[in-house]
Amino acid sequence: MSLRIVVCVKYVPDATGDRRFADDLTLDREDVDGLLSELDEYAVEQALQIADGADDAEITVVTVGPEDARDALRKALSMGADRAVHVEDDDLHGTDVMGTSLVLARAVEKTGYDLVICGMASTDGVMGVLPALLAERLGVPQVTLLSEVSVNEGVVTGRRDGDTATERLEASLPAVVSVTDQSGEARYPSFKGIMAAKKKPVESLDLEDLELEAGEVGLAGAWTAVDSATERPARTAGTIVKDEGEGAKQLAEFLAGQKFI
Amino acid sequence: MAEVLVLVDHVDGAVRKPTLELLTLARRIGDPVAVALGAGAEATAGVLGEHGAVKVLVSDAPEFADYLVVPKVDALQAAFEAVSPAAVLVVSSAEGKEVAARLALRIGSGIITDATDLEAGDGGPVATQAVFAASYTTKSRVSRGVPVITVKPNSAPVEPAAAAGAVEALAVSFGEGSTGTKVVSRTARESTGRPELTEAAIVVSGGRGVNGAENFPLIEALADSLGAAVGASRAAVDAGWYPHTSQVGQTGKSVSPQLYIASGISGAIQHRAGMQTSKTIVAINKDAEAPIFELVDYGVIGDLFTVVPQLTEEINTRKG
Ligand SMILES: Cc1cc2nc3c(=O)[nH]c(=O)nc-3n(C[C@H](O)[C@H](O)[C@H](O)COP(=O)(O)OP(=O)(O)OC[C@H]3O[C@@H](n4cnc5c(N)ncnc54)[C@H](O)[C@@H]3O)c2cc1C
Ligand SMILES: Cc1cc2nc3c(=O)[nH]c(=O)nc-3n(C[C@H](O)[C@H](O)[C@H](O)COP(=O)(O)OP(=O)(O)OC[C@H]3O[C@@H](n4cnc5c(N)ncnc54)[C@H](O)[C@@H]3O)c2cc1C
Repeated sequence: MSLRIVVCVKYVPDATGDRRFADDLTLDREDVDGLLSELDEYAVEQALQIADGADDAEITVVTVGPEDARDALRKALSMGADRAVHVEDDDLHGTDVMGTSLVLARAVEKTGYDLVICGMASTDGVMGVLPALLAERLGVPQVTLLSEVSVNEGVVTGRRDGDTATERLEASLPAVVSVTDQSGEARYPSFKGIMAAKKKPVESLDLEDLELEAGEVGLAGAWTAVDSATERPARTAGTIVKDEGEGAKQLAEFLAGQKFI
Repeated sequence: MAEVLVLVDHVDGAVRKPTLELLTLARRIGDPVAVALGAGAEATAGVLGEHGAVKVLVSDAPEFADYLVVPKVDALQAAFEAVSPAAVLVVSSAEGKEVAARLALRIGSGIITDATDLEAGDGGPVATQAVFAASYTTKSRVSRGVPVITVKPNSAPVEPAAAAGAVEALAVSFGEGSTGTKVVSRTARESTGRPELTEAAIVVSGGRGVNGAENFPLIEALADSLGAAVGASRAAVDAGWYPHTSQVGQTGKSVSPQLYIASGISGAIQHRAGMQTSKTIVAINKDAEAPIFELVDYGVIGDLFTVVPQLTEEINTRKG
């Protein structure tokens, strides 16, 4: 029987570039460079490895985002995913995590799945809660923050490195998994992969296709509100000394002055 | 006054410091009611009472240890229904965030994660967040339902405040989904004897410049002279020089200590994301152009192999 894997991938502003807020205090996505969230590359990688180990598997990548988010899907397809679903609708602008998880849950259900794989967190919102919300909404086990994952005969197992302990987890499919950046380097798309990606199907869905009302998502439907966003004042220039034998002493002096010693 | 639910983060009854910080914040918006789950739950009541918890709801069913996250959501929901609080506060640990999010969804509330401060406001608590690697500060509210907010460690001082801390048993009925993810085994992390990274007042970190696991004792010695925790950049962790649990940054721990000392770390955006809110930042790096110097209160351009041991010695002498 075929294993249906859905990978959730997010299109995010490039962290090494200029990130800012738009006038309505949502993320400015218009004039900033975006890309597939690097942490979702690890999710795609694990999907590819799980698919390799299965008799027969199909990987669908899903994103919720504006037109440009297609770039994230293309990247995932060029890494080796089979097909893509793009949820795009003007009414999605400003959706918070509750709305995003609702849309993703509907999209994943419509696509059909045995296993959903997410990144540990997006590199913009960095909430790290979407996979747990997706599991709650879908009513399936969450097997999250895995640094190691494998699937055998309908059972997913993995290792979760927590704050105080390392746990081995186990759940039956269907399930929602999220993987960390310790799960294994993500592959680079090959030239062949990039060419093949151009021919792979990308399905477009809007809110109506998912039987959702505009008021359930977007800025208006959000359950949270941002009142203000201010750029952090640049740190006042600190003291910088060149070590010419006295560097450590000078630093100790500074630390003592600040009462750290 | 309204009650505020606080989920207790503890290890076998020993309450971790971020929970005491939450109690400080909770008192700004109401009377804290603590929820302690799992083995040792009841033993937390003393210290929670000393820090302002009027009530401590306890449940130590085996489900909390045997299955992932969901049993705790069931319990927090039971507490929520028993208390009808004005807000729910949870520590921003990986597990804390997941528990909080699932609870928020069940009770029809919005969630704010990783708050760095909290104030009472006209329309409910207002949370401060440091976003985009702490280059922006936002103020946000939960606009629907009872606010569920997770708060980063080191966001508030621990302030003692005597309260009843009355222990009450919490009745929890576990839902069908609670046994979905089995914890097959659990290996506790060995204690280093140093402060916990996210809770420490001082963090001393080493990066690629440390150039090998065999040199990390230099960083450890400096940390020990200051009573600090040891952190590492991802480059040092990926090279296998220091455990992943010590990684500071976007995909590692996010720290906000009084003092952060970076040695041999360039200051990439993903590293900054995890330490930029530190109160005082110090760097030792031989490259004057390293981006970390843009952040520092005090920087030494120099070879860490000379500066770090000298600094350690200097500190030990001064303390001597
Ligand atoms: C700076 C900032 C702060 C925010 N703070 C809050 C807040 O406090 N509360 C709130 O409700 N909302 C908040 N949001 C909005 C929230 O980030 C988005 O709604 C979002 O897509 C879900 O959260 P996340 O990306 O942080 O998810 P995470 O939980 O960090 O993402 C984990 C994984 O979920 C998947 N995923 C997430 N989003 C998508 C998507 N659009 N398409 C496909 N897969 C996806 C990916 O696999 C990702 O790796 C914030 C946004 C920003 C930019
Ligand atoms: C998705 C993603 C997530 C990431 N998450 C994290 C994260 O959580 N944490 C993190 O740290 N990184 C993270 N990174 C990696 C990050 O981009 C950098 O690669 C990393 O932080 C570099 O570590 P470094 O500063 O130790 O090494 P380098 O950038 O190589 O810097 C080493 C520095 O040491 C200095 N040096 C060398 N020798 C000496 C000497 N003898 N004395 C003094 N100075 C010396 C050099 O001048 C240089 O500035 C992430 C990257 C990605 C893509």
